[in-house]
Amino acid sequence: MNLSKKAFVNIAIILSVSFFILYWNYLPVEVAGNRPGNIPMLIFYNAFIALTTALIVTACLILLIKKKYVINQLNTLKRFRHLLYLMVKRNFVTRYRKSVLGILWSLLNPLLTMLVLTMVFSTVFRFEIEFLPIYILSGQLIFNFFSESTSLAMNSIVGGAGMIKKVYVPKYIFPISQVISSIVNMGFSFTAFLFVFLLLRHPFNWTFFMIPIPILYIIIFSMGVGMLLSSMAVFFRDINYIYGIGITLLMFLTPIFWPISMLAPRVYHLIHLNPMFHFVGYFRDVALYGNIPGLWANIICLGFALAALGIGLYVKMAQQDKYILYL
Amino acid sequence: MNDIAISVKNVSMMFNLSRDKVMGLKEYVVKALKRQLFYDEFWALKDIDFDVRKGETVGVLGLNGSGKSTLLKLIAGVFKPTVGNITVNGAISPLLELGAGFDPEFSARDNVYMNGAMFGHSPVYMKTIYKDIIDFAELWEFEDVPLKNFSSGMYARLGFAVATAVKPDILIVDEILGVGDHLFMKKCEDRIRSMIETGATVLLVSHDITAIMRMCTRAILLSKGEIVCMGSVEDINGMYHEVA
Repeated sequence: MNLSKKAFVNIAIILSVSFFILYWNYLPVEVAGNRPGNIPMLIFYNAFIALTTALIVTACLILLIKKKYVINQLNTLKRFRHLLYLMVKRNFVTRYRKSVLGILWSLLNPLLTMLVLTMVFSTVFRFEIEFLPIYILSGQLIFNFFSESTSLAMNSIVGGAGMIKKVYVPKYIFPISQVISSIVNMGFSFTAFLFVFLLLRHPFNWTFFMIPIPILYIIIFSMGVGMLLSSMAVFFRDINYIYGIGITLLMFLTPIFWPISMLAPRVYHLIHLNPMFHFVGYFRDVALYGNIPGLWANIICLGFALAALGIGLYVKMAQQDKYILYL
Repeated sequence: MNDIAISVKNVSMMFNLSRDKVMGLKEYVVKALKRQLFYDEFWALKDIDFDVRKGETVGVLGLNGSGKSTLLKLIAGVFKPTVGNITVNGAISPLLELGAGFDPEFSARDNVYMNGAMFGHSPVYMKTIYKDIIDFAELWEFEDVPLKNFSSGMYARLGFAVATAVKPDILIVDEILGVGDHLFMKKCEDRIRSMIETGATVLLVSHDITAIMRMCTRAILLSKGEIVCMGSVEDINGMYHEVA
């Protein structure tokens, strides 16, 4: 069957509208249980879940119908896996080249930032949070991974212009390599987190072993956002500056160093629109508080992640042949 | 059908020439609203159509700006044609420029592995041919020197050595026989010859008609993006002097 890109977009739109109507009327109360109660938020949540389900269904459709295309893409990825590996290695070498402490910075950086933030927020603002250093470190771990990987991915295509102009390489390899490098970096941050966790004798819960789940969600999410940004940056370099401000705003909207309880009820609903709020919350639930996140939390996190990845991949595939003309 | 290595079908390539890249935001928005955001179209290639059989050595001739490099970039997959189709059967190693994809900040060794990976070769495989590459390029003392400190001759030698060492089915060579001293040129020609003998398909691009006469069986003459003539090298030789 030969269906064009436009057809798939139309299918996605029709599906999301019908899912929205379906959810609006029939979403079971158990699932909707802890949804915020006011109408605009309810609309948003329904729209969100409708959109993500539609995207997932469309993605499955594409996988089924364009099997050959997908297999082709996977084969190219397999062919270029060595390049991916070398690029990740190179990112790492470049980052710490000519610094005396080298790779140790990956460990020191989160610790030192945490120290500064702890000093500021325990003395100046006097936030009442138990284990403030660990609270800050856990927030940082997730948020810094996101901000680092997406900013690096954003510039990866423009930065790889030298290679793209001379040889054929699949373009998505550039943002992917940056995200993988950031995963390695997150590993170091996690070591720092673990260190402080043990040092301060934070109570340990068995849910700690569920940590890979939120990490996986945030990786998928960052991958999608990174792909989208890297595509946009080729055509519109201003995105660099806009994103710089956007990420600062996002940082203050994410509970990294402030407690969720200090939010006014009105803002409390609004803050739920921030995807990072959910990822950080999920991570803290399993790592610190020993809560098993409910179905709804999983739907939201996975929804944000898959939606970002779907959109990012789609834009990338649609635009990648045009990059060369703008680099 | 299976003995065709490169098939170029009715290919045209169009570029937008934006006269001035920097445009104020206000101007941009106003022009976009008025739908005046057009660019000058430039057709670098017009309706190119030819096949290269496996094992053939084909020369591509033309003056500056005749579309030679664009054609090669299309075959190498760097550009996508605006119109038409290109099919390539076999592993391709495009020497679009010597050292395409090299990163000057890194050492010769790193760049060799990286370049191999760009053509899908694993570091393990590259290790087995690494010594050959350095031997051929005669760069024994400079393995760990960043490429930015290389002379252009050294750079070119390394580039040629890598691209031909990976034993591609199809080799695309663009204007490279003019670099290096006559000894190294001879070495390059010998290597291309031996590759031809083992059945590789070679596409050779040059202004230098004598080099093409020496190496190729068939040639294509391009002028202003169109094929002027395609045939045996002797025929092309006459035509080339008319056009040039």
